[in-house]
Amino acid sequence: MDLPLGKWLFSSLGKKLVVAITGIILVSFVVGHLLGNLTFFFGPDLINAYALKLHALGPLLWVIRLALLATVVLHIGFTMLVWKENQAARPQKYAVNAPIQTTIFARTMRLTGLIVLAFIAFHLAHFTLHLINPSYATLHTDLDGQQVHDVYRMVVLGFSNPFVSGFYILSLALVAFHLSHGIGSLFQTLGLSSQTLRPVYEATGRIVAWALFAGYAAIPVSVLFFGLGKGVRP
Amino acid sequence: MNFTLRVWRQNGPAEPGRFEEYPALDIPADASFLEMLDIVNEGLIHKGVEPVQFDHDCREGICGTCSLTIDGVPHGPGRGTTCQLYMRKFQDRDVITIEPFRAAPFPVVRDLAVDRRAFDRIIQSGGFISERTGSAPDANATPIPKPTADFAMDAAACIGCAACAAACPNSSAMLFVSAKIGHLGLLPQGIAEKNRRVLNLVRTMDEEGFGNCSNYYACEAVCPAGIPASFIARMNREYTAASVKEAIGATL
Amino acid sequence: MSLDPKIPAGPLDQKWTHFKNHAKLISPANKRKFKILIVGSGLAGGAAAATLGEQGFNIECFCYQDSPRRAHSIAAQGGINAAKNYQNDGDSVYRLFYDTIKGGDFRSREANVYRLAEVSTSIIDQCVAQGVPFAREYGGLLANRSFGGAQVSRTFYARGQTGQQLLLGTYQALSAQVAAGSVKMFPRTEMLDLVLVDGHAKGIVVRDMVTGEIRSHAGDAVLLCTGGYGNVFYLSTNAKGCNVSATYRAYKRGALFANPCYTQIHPTCIPVSGEYQSKLTLMSESLRNDGRVWAPKRKEDAGKLPQEIPEEARDYFLERKYPSYGNLAPRDISSRSAKEACDEGRGVGPGGLGVYLDFADSINRLTRPVIEERYSNLFEMYENITGENAYERPMRIYPAVHYTMGGLWVDYNLMSNIPGLHVLGEANFSDHGANRLGASALMQGLADGYFVIPYTIGEYLSTQFGKPRPQTTDAAFQQTEREVRGRVQQLLDIKGSRTVDSFHRELGLLIWDKCGMARDRAGLESAIQRIPQLREEFWKTVSVLGKGETFNQSLEKAGRVADFLEFGELMCRDALDREESCGGHFRTEYQTPDGEAVRDDANYHFVSAWRHEGDNVPPTRLKEPLAYEHVKLATRSYK
Repeated sequence: MDLPLGKWLFSSLGKKLVVAITGIILVSFVVGHLLGNLTFFFGPDLINAYALKLHALGPLLWVIRLALLATVVLHIGFTMLVWKENQAARPQKYAVNAPIQTTIFARTMRLTGLIVLAFIAFHLAHFTLHLINPSYATLHTDLDGQQVHDVYRMVVLGFSNPFVSGFYILSLALVAFHLSHGIGSLFQTLGLSSQTLRPVYEATGRIVAWALFAGYAAIPVSVLFFGLGKGVRP
Repeated sequence: MNFTLRVWRQNGPAEPGRFEEYPALDIPADASFLEMLDIVNEGLIHKGVEPVQFDHDCREGICGTCSLTIDGVPHGPGRGTTCQLYMRKFQDRDVITIEPFRAAPFPVVRDLAVDRRAFDRIIQSGGFISERTGSAPDANATPIPKPTADFAMDAAACIGCAACAAACPNSSAMLFVSAKIGHLGLLPQGIAEKNRRVLNLVRTMDEEGFGNCSNYYACEAVCPAGIPASFIARMNREYTAASVKEAIGATL
Repeated sequence: MSLDPKIPAGPLDQKWTHFKNHAKLISPANKRKFKILIVGSGLAGGAAAATLGEQGFNIECFCYQDSPRRAHSIAAQGGINAAKNYQNDGDSVYRLFYDTIKGGDFRSREANVYRLAEVSTSIIDQCVAQGVPFAREYGGLLANRSFGGAQVSRTFYARGQTGQQLLLGTYQALSAQVAAGSVKMFPRTEMLDLVLVDGHAKGIVVRDMVTGEIRSHAGDAVLLCTGGYGNVFYLSTNAKGCNVSATYRAYKRGALFANPCYTQIHPTCIPVSGEYQSKLTLMSESLRNDGRVWAPKRKEDAGKLPQEIPEEARDYFLERKYPSYGNLAPRDISSRSAKEACDEGRGVGPGGLGVYLDFADSINRLTRPVIEERYSNLFEMYENITGENAYERPMRIYPAVHYTMGGLWVDYNLMSNIPGLHVLGEANFSDHGANRLGASALMQGLADGYFVIPYTIGEYLSTQFGKPRPQTTDAAFQQTEREVRGRVQQLLDIKGSRTVDSFHRELGLLIWDKCGMARDRAGLESAIQRIPQLREEFWKTVSVLGKGETFNQSLEKAGRVADFLEFGELMCRDALDREESCGGHFRTEYQTPDGEAVRDDANYHFVSAWRHEGDNVPPTRLKEPLAYEHVKLATRSYK
């Protein structure tokens, strides 16, 4: 591109920068989303109130949703651009494939990323669009005298299905895989790393990634194995 | 020691390549990898087979000419150049696969020799300090803190062998390019051209067809000069700063 | 034929200034009209190409390596001398000059060496400005180390990779000129002959090593910066590709070859470990700053582990024989002392060809981290090659061929006797006499390329104004090309059974035995007999497979070895002719009872310059008397 900005963003380093910055946004979303989800452990009223607040944002919620969608598109789109170039740069592979230094997390970034994308689609269809179980849309409960969507009951019902829970936990593990490389690595891409800091970033990245996994997985695990929200009937 | 070699043979850049199997017999453990190839080549010549062509020169690990990928690893096991690899690192009866450095910007010249002029073109695009012979001030006129000089030397130690790009699954040349940017950008003498240098070098690198960095760090693992990938982070930082300056029309 | 070195008049310390004040200048407009061909891209060639290109000349630069950054200058480890006197330890231009002349055993040209010492200080300025990361003190100023043959600290260094860093500086300056369009670079291109037009060097014939194409390049002057001929020994510290072909081809076209018998054997190399060995690895001489050289006093101890030999049973022979210089005695003396210890059966390691270089005392005195800071890369290299840890047990070292002081004869302007043919760096003979001091090779290469040739080339070019540049289609070019093609084809057509390397190894062993660290009449005469036979065998039985029109390393090697097979004889003839011992040339007939070299200044205070008289015809020796105006000849003593 002729624009100076385009020259920058579409250079090898610029493209990675886009991936890193969109990565930061997505990680922030994942963290925020978890904090919201964790209200589940404080009973139906809190999580339902949280859901109500979110929906009350109205058009702003759509702005956020579209921004997130755009972020995902950029994150994936630029990754694909980079990937295409990387393929072209190595037309003939080595006969002996010996991974050097590279971690399994780094090597599987594209794979984990794409599976996570599929998971997001399922997750949205499941809990946001209610396409999997249309009945979820009709779950209502009383919150301070107001009829609201019963998110709590929906989550418990959803995770009571071992297959659904299993798929969630597996997908979340892949998210953690993805972030195990992604978080530590983005500091390198942003140019904020050094020899001293790199191990710190990498360790922190992995801790954060698996802490997120633990936080998210706690919900299906507690529903499925510890009977949390057992009183809820379909 | 005895080995079986699987060697990539290719007559020219445009011709297809193939693996040939050659026995390497009675190889002394103290022989270097290239000396082992010398012995095999002598045997091939006696059989009327053209010897395996491979690049090498100083054979002491500094010129950066030797460039073999051994069992999938540029320069083979251990840190150092191919010429500094000794057969005692291998087990008797090992099957050893030898390939050229592979990357689209490095076409095969013949057999195991590749054309690495892309690296020269990168340096030509700005990997220098413009200075006219005879115009320099006294060498001690500008003190440079020892840690800075040492750090610049860490980067300057690059031998330009291209193992970084050969090892990177993306054929990325970032370690090579960032080492030069780091070396010259750290020194007061190189600061005047810092922004232009980083922009030009990165652009030439991209034009030459090297891949992008996925932070795999394979480059630093094979680098015979031990250049750390933190120089890539430095380059990313400098490139971003220079790009912003360029985008807003600030002086470079 | 008289050899006029064209030394400027005036007192020694004014000659260069005087020359510069009166040198012929070429205007910028006229510079553009001249094309200069530079063969070799190391310190001398690269620096010359960068500087002349920057000045506005059109440059074509050729190297056999795949990139100019790989020239063998890169392998120099220890450092570069300069009379900066930053250490305030009494150094001066005069002292560097005198040390170099004395180190060269009074066989170099006064005026050239003085100029070298004079420009040495500019080299350091130049390199720092280019971004060469020399070692520094904590205060930010440049650090120095001491080196063999000097009692002051004047050596600038960049870890153990000084040559690399200087070459990269040169390479980057060259790259800038390539980008600017003033230099056209031809890597993987080997010069196979020199083209003379009316007796002037006006072009070269090269082979494109990738396509095999043989073609000519025409220019107004030719600069050979092609390094030394150490690979005539097969085993040396030179890179495998280093060769004598460019200078030898020029010799066969009439250039005089000066002092070919002056070869330097470096004392601190890793000993040979077997017959398969393809090259020898140098450990920087700087190691001798902190290492003590010793061998067991008694033969019976030679087979023991070093730690089993008590202090009183060790012979620190350099400290014993040369108390004032000790372990820093010059290279020739140190090498010969090591050889003597081994000849007496006191050598250590495989084959008894080695002596110890021991760091234990320095590690105790300075601590291990200090030693690591200074030499870690060398210690690692040593461990990698030998499998031994030199922090814990002493290194084993043995002398190896390292540098060749001889080269094509040049005058003060660095021009050979062929008008237009200039020779720079190790390829010429001018500055190091019979022995080169450590950290002086880099100095000379850069001095010639950056600071000498840019001034002196005008002397020739100014005579060429208005003369049209010859075309490669001219008869002289066509004829030379034909000859080159014929020779290449001849090599390919022999289709014999012996490999090129086996000839090279045999020649190398012969030269090492008869014309190595110690020479004598009988040995040299036998070599002069044997070499022509070997040459004949080569041209009858060598096997060069493949074609000329492809990348063909056997063919490249064959051409180079063919030249070594002729050159080796010239070397032996020179060694035989010089009936004295001086520097790297040690004739066993000429020594004191305690084994010191005996020079014969009355009869041999001259440069031997050999003229080719035809194939298989003995060459003629011409003399350039060394007229010393300043230095008083003295017996070189490092005691």
